Amino acid sequence: MADVNRGNRPLSPHLTIYRPQWTSISSILIRITGNALIVTALLIVWWFVAAASGPEAFATADAFLTSWFGDLVLTLSVLGLWYHLLGGLRHLVWDSGRMLDVDRSELAAQMMMVLSVLLTIFTVVVV
Amino acid sequence: MAFLTDRKRASGLGSAKTGTQHHWQMMVSSVALLFLVPLFIFTFGSILGSSYEEVIAYYQRPFPAVVAILTMLVGFYHFRGGVQTLIEDYVHGMARKIAIIGMICVSYTAAAFAVFAIIRIAL
Repeated sequence: MADVNRGNRPLSPHLTIYRPQWTSISSILIRITGNALIVTALLIVWWFVAAASGPEAFATADAFLTSWFGDLVLTLSVLGLWYHLLGGLRHLVWDSGRMLDVDRSELAAQMMMVLSVLLTIFTVVVV
Repeated sequence: MAFLTDRKRASGLGSAKTGTQHHWQMMVSSVALLFLVPLFIFTFGSILGSSYEEVIAYYQRPFPAVVAILTMLVGFYHFRGGVQTLIEDYVHGMARKIAIIGMICVSYTAAAFAVFAIIRIAL
């Protein structure tokens, strides 16, 4: 074996030694929001299936989604959804070769966080 | 090698060798969702909390129903691609394959239930 040092090689630094940065945090949040939204999506599928099944099934699903806990889940979901949407928009801008430098990437990350909160407040007020 | 295109020079490189198609699928579905998600938030959001009869009547209208169907279809397709990336980063070996196949099944099953339910309400 050419690799005589197998098993005793230096490891790359673990994630926790890095100082948090706008770019890393905004990226991690895109992953968390995108994957967590499966919970919301399945709740909404449940609501549609219940509505298609009849008034009794609908009453059960609707009572959950319109309870205080349902309101909490859906409000957080809307925040995650707007954030993920803005993050996706940033990826599309990046893929077009624009805003790739650190300064403007960090500005975009800050904008995503501010705008997602504002859009969530707007959604809660309108809806 | 001036006759080689940039596409040909890049093809098959990188640690994974493939992935262009996956990235393109995520780009296309994200562009669609950029329009669908706001439409769905405000249509679904406006009727949530109404009575059973109002909800059924609302989703018998073409626009809210088609927005909901497209959002569910494209949304679960986008989730299928996104969760695959998550699994590939953190799960290895046989468990990775099982997890990816399992999440693909969950995505398409949920999308099918949603589309069936919305069409049944609408018709």
